[in-house]
Amino acid sequence: MTGLSINNLSMRFDLPNGGSVQALKDVSLELAPGDLMSVLGPSGCGKTTLLNIVAGFLAPTEGEVRMNGHRVEGPDAERGMVFQQGALFEWMNVRENVGFGPKMKGMAEPEKAQIVDHLLEVVGLQDFKEKAVYELSGGMQQRVALARCLANDPDVILMDEPLGALDALTREKMQSLVLKLWKETGKTIILITHSVEEALLLGERLLVMAPRPGRIHREYRLPFADIGVGADLREVKKHPDYAPTREEILNMIWNMEEEIMGRTEAEQ
Amino acid sequence: MIPFLIYIGFFVGAYLLVTRILRRKEVHDYTSLKTVTFGDESAVVSDRLASVFSILAIFVLWMMFTGSIFLPKFLHAPGPFEGVTSFDYTVETPDGQRDSATVTVLVHPVDQEVEPPVIEPGDGWAKNDSATIGAWRSGLIRVDRNDELGRGEGAQVVEVNGEPIAPGQSVQVSDGRVGMSPKGTLNFEPNKGWQMEPIWLPAPEAVIQRLVDISSDGFRGATLLEHLGYSLFRVLVGFALGALVGIPLGYAMGLSNWFRGWFDPIVEFMRPVPPLALIPLVIIWAGIGETGKIILLFLASLWIMAIAARSGVSGVRISKVHAAYSLGASKAQVMRYVIVPNSLPEIFTGARVAMGVCWGTVVAAELVAAEQGAGMMIMVASKFQNTDIVIMGIILIGIIGFGIDMAMRWAERRLVPWKGRG
Repeated sequence: MTGLSINNLSMRFDLPNGGSVQALKDVSLELAPGDLMSVLGPSGCGKTTLLNIVAGFLAPTEGEVRMNGHRVEGPDAERGMVFQQGALFEWMNVRENVGFGPKMKGMAEPEKAQIVDHLLEVVGLQDFKEKAVYELSGGMQQRVALARCLANDPDVILMDEPLGALDALTREKMQSLVLKLWKETGKTIILITHSVEEALLLGERLLVMAPRPGRIHREYRLPFADIGVGADLREVKKHPDYAPTREEILNMIWNMEEEIMGRTEAEQ
Repeated sequence: MIPFLIYIGFFVGAYLLVTRILRRKEVHDYTSLKTVTFGDESAVVSDRLASVFSILAIFVLWMMFTGSIFLPKFLHAPGPFEGVTSFDYTVETPDGQRDSATVTVLVHPVDQEVEPPVIEPGDGWAKNDSATIGAWRSGLIRVDRNDELGRGEGAQVVEVNGEPIAPGQSVQVSDGRVGMSPKGTLNFEPNKGWQMEPIWLPAPEAVIQRLVDISSDGFRGATLLEHLGYSLFRVLVGFALGALVGIPLGYAMGLSNWFRGWFDPIVEFMRPVPPLALIPLVIIWAGIGETGKIILLFLASLWIMAIAARSGVSGVRISKVHAAYSLGASKAQVMRYVIVPNSLPEIFTGARVAMGVCWGTVVAAELVAAEQGAGMMIMVASKFQNTDIVIMGIILIGIIGFGIDMAMRWAERRLVPWKGRG
């Protein structure tokens, strides 16, 4: 069986003071190849923990993640990750950063160069091949991070707020790029975001999570990602369903936040 | 006090010269008030011209107060009195007889041998005297030695230049001061002026001359280059050994809990111990030869390098390690391609600090005991009051220390250009 399946995942962190925090409780999810899923939720809902478990950086206290039928027991090149920022290797130039994955596999130089050249062209950085990464703007750095991830040809791409640190304009361009790459490569993508708009635009499936304990609150299936491929994202926002869905999700998250606040006050 | 006031004068004068005259035409808008950048330290940059004037001021001050030949005479601070001067004295016998005579003193440069000036003995029973005194020195003058009625007869000096004098008192005369010892002997101290005596502070040309001499003739059985070379060699070997052991130790401490726990007490205890405090122990154990010096410098750099490597390893951003793993890197590959390059900037910073500490430590160790070396050179010179060698040595030690730091910065820029850019 292909795809990613998350089965009854629970995660509890022990605190130094002896207590513990239930970051995730009983999360189950199935992703087929080519799924584009965005994950949304108030802070503390366990989005990043979920992603780290899928990536293999954390071992869950209960449950398991299965990838193409086998159990996930650590990080692997089949599950690539794009971080918010600062995960590029500043001691390597753009070309070396993108070629890192193939190099780790021991790929021959000409083949590697071909992959790197192709991907830099896809993300529009062919003229910056020999630049140091710290000479690039934030948006360009995230393009390098995307290309680096794709160079490894992973089955699943995990994105942890990849566009969170970018300015609005760059962010919109990058959103289009993510959609384009999704359609062209057919990868499974899980994208965590804080922005409801981004979740709507970049989520063929949209998962809303609730906090304390972290769990799946609701899942949507949305048409906007498909419409958005190759189109103007501002046009997509004029779709009749867009604004009502946005309001509904915003309300949902606001209510959760208020509930947390109320509970914290009650505890005190 | 006077040199300090002159120095302040230079500071203010140079400032006014540059801002009011040389840069008169520069725009003075609101940015010159720093309204925009006030509190932003990076907005204050060093004024190159001020630095040039600062160095000039120090040299000019040095030359003024040593009477350097590099500076025109009229700029010199007043020097010590040199030449012939005289004063009168009056003696009185117990029965009230009084007579006066003149003392002629030749004040000569200290490094010259001179004959006392020839004088007429004069009339009366008190005879004229002559004496020689070196500049900056003072001398007892037994004025009654040639008098017909002297100390043996109970005669006493009661006046100098017409002013009364008694044991313990003194009288100001035209070119110096005449004092009287408890036993009644006159003591002449010519005016010293404001200049420094060469044994306290030699003129720049004397230092340069000494540099030339020592470079060609050597000092205590070794040439100047050998002395400096020995010091540098010790620093390089000691530092290299310290880095060779300290960096792997730091890596181990940064990567393994057991190593961290095992070595933490040792490193944390040894780090605040100044290397200078180890000199006596190292001398007891290893003697004053090369081994002892190198052990000392090894110990001086070891902890610094271990701590630098440790913090370099611990300072790696976890997302970089995660990224490498999820790109398919093995543990060894993460080590080689992520952790090591990520720790290099910290290690370079540590190396710069360690080299500075080592340079200071080696000079101090050589001051204590050594056969060759920059520190030994100035220590031995100081014992013979060869102030010019001491000053030359200090300047050379400073230049080399500065050079080491510059070289390390240069290497840092070349080898780890990504420093601080993560």
